[in-house]
Amino acid sequence: MNPAEPCRVSPEPPRVTAARDGAPIVVAIGNPNAGKSTVFNALTGLRQKVANYPGVTVERHAGTLRLAGGDAGLVDLPGTYSLAAQSPDEMVAVDVLLGRIPELGRPAVVLVVVDASNLRRNLYLASQVLELDRPVVIALNMMDLARSKGIAIDVERLAARLGVPVVPLVASREEGIDALRFALSEALEHKGREPVIVAPELQAAAQALCEDLRGAGRAVAAYEVERALIDEGGYAETRLCREHGPSTLALLRGVRTGLVAEGSVAALETRRRYHWINQVVAAVERRVPRGPTQSDRLDRVLNHPIAGSLAFLILMAAVFQSVFFWAQPLMDLIDKATRTAGGLLAERLPEGAVASLLVDGVIAGVGSVVVFLPQIAILSALIIFLEDTGYMARAAFLVDRLMRLCGLSGQSFIPMLSSFACAVPGIMATRVIPNPRDRLATILAAPFMTCSARLPVYALLISAFVPPTHYAYGLLNLQGLVLLGLYLLGIAGGVGTAWLMKRTLLRGPTPSFLMELPPYRLPRLRSVAIKLAERLKVFLTRAGTIILTVSVVVWALVYFPHPPALHAGFQTERSAAEESLAGDPLERRLVELNRQESAAFLEQSALGRLGRVIEPVFSPLGWDWKVTAAVIASFPAREVVIAVLGTIYAVGAEVKAEDAGLIQRLRGSAWPDGRKVFSVSVAVGLMLFYAFCLQCTATVAVIRRETNSWRWAGFAWVYMTGLGYLGALVSVEAGRFLT
Amino acid sequence: MTTLADLAPGRSGTIAGFRESGPVVHRLMQLGVIEGQPFAVVRTAPMGDPIEIEILGYALSLRRSEARVVLVSEVA
Repeated sequence: MNPAEPCRVSPEPPRVTAARDGAPIVVAIGNPNAGKSTVFNALTGLRQKVANYPGVTVERHAGTLRLAGGDAGLVDLPGTYSLAAQSPDEMVAVDVLLGRIPELGRPAVVLVVVDASNLRRNLYLASQVLELDRPVVIALNMMDLARSKGIAIDVERLAARLGVPVVPLVASREEGIDALRFALSEALEHKGREPVIVAPELQAAAQALCEDLRGAGRAVAAYEVERALIDEGGYAETRLCREHGPSTLALLRGVRTGLVAEGSVAALETRRRYHWINQVVAAVERRVPRGPTQSDRLDRVLNHPIAGSLAFLILMAAVFQSVFFWAQPLMDLIDKATRTAGGLLAERLPEGAVASLLVDGVIAGVGSVVVFLPQIAILSALIIFLEDTGYMARAAFLVDRLMRLCGLSGQSFIPMLSSFACAVPGIMATRVIPNPRDRLATILAAPFMTCSARLPVYALLISAFVPPTHYAYGLLNLQGLVLLGLYLLGIAGGVGTAWLMKRTLLRGPTPSFLMELPPYRLPRLRSVAIKLAERLKVFLTRAGTIILTVSVVVWALVYFPHPPALHAGFQTERSAAEESLAGDPLERRLVELNRQESAAFLEQSALGRLGRVIEPVFSPLGWDWKVTAAVIASFPAREVVIAVLGTIYAVGAEVKAEDAGLIQRLRGSAWPDGRKVFSVSVAVGLMLFYAFCLQCTATVAVIRRETNSWRWAGFAWVYMTGLGYLGALVSVEAGRFLT
Repeated sequence: MTTLADLAPGRSGTIAGFRESGPVVHRLMQLGVIEGQPFAVVRTAPMGDPIEIEILGYALSLRRSEARVVLVSEVA
């Protein structure tokens, strides 16, 4: 952009403008809510991949762009308002534009998606991109919305002012996409363009400092110096000083004092940009004042302090109802399908370790997690739909004050709420939280919410150990009260964790809550479907591999060593029974023998032995080896505990939470000296353990994927398990103290 | 001097400046909250915080603590 080119040398030799496969890279950038992902989807369709940028949790969407002259790669940057590098998203945007991401190289063309109905604010980012010496194409999106707001834009004049092609679009209806394709392939051919100068004195100062650095043998780009000048005390400054020595800081400070007498260079930059933007917009835009739009009228209700809060409550209740209403039949179906598949396979395979691995390990293990897929899918679809309508910003606006009580912001509410159905979509929904510390605190708080997998466990423990006492003329039931208490406990655990984290590990300045409330839009089903498919794919592939591994490990613990002598002993008893009995009594006897055999094998198994070995660890909680073994086996997925308890207590694995047989045996379960295992305090302790403990491989896997680190996943697991242990211990000790 | 946090919903004015500088002010300026820019306070959330303003033709929400930094001259 600057005629004096010598300084535009990159710190490293400029990389080839191509991805590894040789196709040129087009990078798409734009403000949040400018419809960038719609443009991206319209250009690439389903040919896209999602990954993370190295070292950060910023998602990289990449797709293939079919152009007349051949394929190009299209990389979608996260939505940003500026290249100021104040957030990880912006840092990534700057890195990609400067060609600092090795796999991508320098972009061949930058596609800036601009919201035509909000031209001035959108041109801010565009003006920053136009200063780069890269070919640029502007997609002027949402032309329909602009027209309905009474805005007319002279597209040709805008293109002339900016010196780059401007393509008017309605991406949601795929209008203008062909013209955009054409403009992109043209831009790939013709690389030169007239530079845009927005803040001349700033660019001159950056240029001069850049020459000085080069004089001292430092190869640096003027653009990076300019960003570092603006970014006082921030990322761009730190990086420049790290790469070119601490003395650079003094140089930067000197130039800053020369540039502005008072105030900051950052303020100077924004003023210059908006001055330039106002000139451009005055020349190209005409506004006919219109009355309030449909969206404004909707907001009078939906964003009203009272009516809006009420509408919010109703909407959330409806979301939850539909999750359970639609998911339940599908979950039953999947459950039945896994059982049938397991049964069919068991019939066809010879009895032994292989059959057991496939049936009890792989199919049952994966099935126990896939059974939550309908819930995850329905909840995710509803969240994505609400995000795309623009309603989520209103929800965050309404509850921000409330959420600040636990140190979070309004954007944390929906992820926490979703976690009452399942923490997996809840944690995935934290992507809308812009502040990384708030996002992590929300991720750590979400698994405490009482998810639907905890319900059957609670149901079993409550019906076994809480008497159905009625109070207040039968209006209140103790069992119901305990369940309510467990729900409240989950909320307290989550809120307390967020509060604690924001004061300790995740302490930092309060992030700003500057948020655009975009106009309401009717989402496109295709766009919702693409995002949903991506989230489910992430769940099934990333979480699936981990879930499968853990399921197989736990299966092996349950199955081996499987001594043949034990089987032989039961075979003898079976033969004896067949000789002495017939008809129904024989059937009953055989079923009973099968159960006893399973229980005996489990007692002999690695898990049974492990239960005994680490019994001392859990004996302070009042657990015997049976409870210990069941708890260990339910770490992959907490609801598995019911089936494992069923096997251990020899009532068969196919038990339901309301199973009277299992409840009887749990109540009767005793230590060798005759004392009951489950006193009130031990039973309450077990409930507390299940309320806090992170017994869900899917959640661990999703935390790992969303934080891009095993460290946070491991921390969450240790922290929650520790808290569960502590809860159970406190309950037992309190029981001992009271009796 | 009047700040953005002092204005009730329905009032409008122009941005006059900032009481301090820092990252939040820089972000506000990038979003168009800049000297001389007309704006209107649209509504407040339950418990009076955050607030929603209209500026540059779009709706922006900000917390009271952030609005207190913004100096305004009131028009109506």
